Amino acid sequence: MSQKVKDASIPTIPFKARFSRWFGRNLLRIYMIFGFTYLFIPVAYTFAFSFNDSGKSNLIWKGFTLDNWRNPCGAPEVCNALGNSIKIGLLATIFSTILGTMIAFAIGRYKFKGRSTSNLLIFLPMATPEIVLGASLLSLFLVFKINPGFWPTVIAHVMFCISFVVVTVKARIASLDPRLEQAAMDLYANELETFRKVTLPLVAPGIAGAALLAFSLSFDDFIITNFNSGTLITFPKFVYVSAARGIPAQANVIGSAMFFLALAIVIAGQLVKRKKTR
Amino acid sequence: MPKDPITARGDLRLTRITKSYGDFTAVDDLTLTIPKGSFFALLGPSGCGKTTTLRMVAGLEEPTVGSIHLGDTDITTTRPYQRPINTVFQNYALFPHLTIFENIAFGLRRRGIKDVKEQVDKVLNLVELPHLAERKPTQLSGGQQQRIALARAIVNRPALLLLDEPLGALDLKLRRQMQIELKWIQREVGLTFVHVTHDQEEAMTMADTIAVMNEGKIEQMGSPADLYDNPETAFVANFLGQSNLIKGKIDGTDGDNLVVDLYGQKISMLKKRSHAVDNSLYAGIRPEKFRISRLGTPVKGNTLSGGKIEDVSYIGVSTQYVVAMPWGQEVMVFEQNDDGVAPFDKGDEVNISWEPNFTFGLRGDEDIEAGTEVNPEELEEE
Repeated sequence: MSQKVKDASIPTIPFKARFSRWFGRNLLRIYMIFGFTYLFIPVAYTFAFSFNDSGKSNLIWKGFTLDNWRNPCGAPEVCNALGNSIKIGLLATIFSTILGTMIAFAIGRYKFKGRSTSNLLIFLPMATPEIVLGASLLSLFLVFKINPGFWPTVIAHVMFCISFVVVTVKARIASLDPRLEQAAMDLYANELETFRKVTLPLVAPGIAGAALLAFSLSFDDFIITNFNSGTLITFPKFVYVSAARGIPAQANVIGSAMFFLALAIVIAGQLVKRKKTR
Repeated sequence: MPKDPITARGDLRLTRITKSYGDFTAVDDLTLTIPKGSFFALLGPSGCGKTTTLRMVAGLEEPTVGSIHLGDTDITTTRPYQRPINTVFQNYALFPHLTIFENIAFGLRRRGIKDVKEQVDKVLNLVELPHLAERKPTQLSGGQQQRIALARAIVNRPALLLLDEPLGALDLKLRRQMQIELKWIQREVGLTFVHVTHDQEEAMTMADTIAVMNEGKIEQMGSPADLYDNPETAFVANFLGQSNLIKGKIDGTDGDNLVVDLYGQKISMLKKRSHAVDNSLYAGIRPEKFRISRLGTPVKGNTLSGGKIEDVSYIGVSTQYVVAMPWGQEVMVFEQNDDGVAPFDKGDEVNISWEPNFTFGLRGDEDIEAGTEVNPEELEEE
């Protein structure tokens, strides 16, 4: 605009009007910038402080270093805790995805007595405060003389992940045109082939999404885990405990790495989707 | 006879089929034979039971009572994948995760055929879309998807091909083109086609035989010309095209003809074209069979006098008149525009006449509004 030759004979629009017009046009953009800033400042902070040459406490910036990234297991216990969290997360994901998908098919596809009740009950664990779930589970385990530890934690995680898996997969099943399955049967596919060749591939994105959700829920769960894991250290527990004496920068490294991994998965998913629809 | 149903061939016979959902009867004691090799249309308004009938033939529903035979084989309770029957679904139901090639090969592969390439290519050529083999269904236009759905069914060479409102989602121009193409393909591959539609024009363009369905029953079955020229019920008379139905009384016979009294004016019609059961009847005349003439002009055939032009619509190829008759009824008359102008004006006093053989007779206790209130564009049943 400013590069244009000024012609005095053209009446100029007053600055105020021009500004309000510009503002009106860009309001959404401005709002978006604020929104994303709010969302990502904590992530940026975490990422930045993963490069802090911190020593013991990672509260004050003391200088740039790559040591933390070179040696993410440098702080005592951090990789042990991470390993436990990943193990629990994977087990919880596998079991909750299998069980949740089966429940989703049962509720989404079949009419049976108590269907709407089960539909409602599935939501309950999501609505119950975690602190209550965690405490109740602990007392339940103790009643059955099961000591807190690795497996009770896995069982607890499977329990609360199932609800999320069911809800996610059910949404996908609901959007599935039943005529596709009828078409498969019409084209000589029996029930099993129809499921394998048509239903499952079409529901698969929903199942994959549910599995990712289950893993991330399990991975960062603190409250329920704290009740049921006993002396086992998971990553969230490690961060919580070390918060009292200063979180090591390695925790920032692992947190940032997880963030970028998740981001990479989302971007890869989008790319695959775009390639498919093209 | 214990025979693998997949190899069954021959006429399709529905015997006393009823399908009820709770209190609602979708199909009511239906008996029907569809000869091998024919192009058969089930025509009717939404909710008349035509789609339910089709689904029972496909095996997607089971009849409450009755039996379905293909040739000598009873297929009433066999699963859909055990029947040599394929369907072109209303919204095509192409598998979105498979390429066009794999969509078409799906049925062949399920039957254990390894070398599918030749057959798939052949059918892709038949529907003139060989260049789309590697695309996904979402990348195709509606008309292309329609043809692929057809290709996916006929590649299996089924004993029976079912088409469930196959052209419903296409625009008018494409629909016309596909009607002609479908008919051509049917002749080309020589399969039995059973076509379900609410569009009377579509049924009449394509089918050799039409069964008009209403409220779970067949109203009348026959060739398009039979149904149009000699409807047996008011529903058929109104659902296929337009009809003028005029109340009358049978006054006597004259050789092969009946003498009928229409509000005091005598007309004659063929005895065999009357479906009346007593001496009360409705005389039916199609609007294009009427001729309009000025008072005093000599006319041949049946004549009704005392008409007055109520409305004139010039629509190019013809002119549509609404003529008010002395007994208060308004009749529709379509006149060809042979000379390019509409010769009558609103308010003109006229006689209407027609060839006696064109008259059809309906029972006097019919509801003459039956089949007129149906909106063909409304949503399909279910």
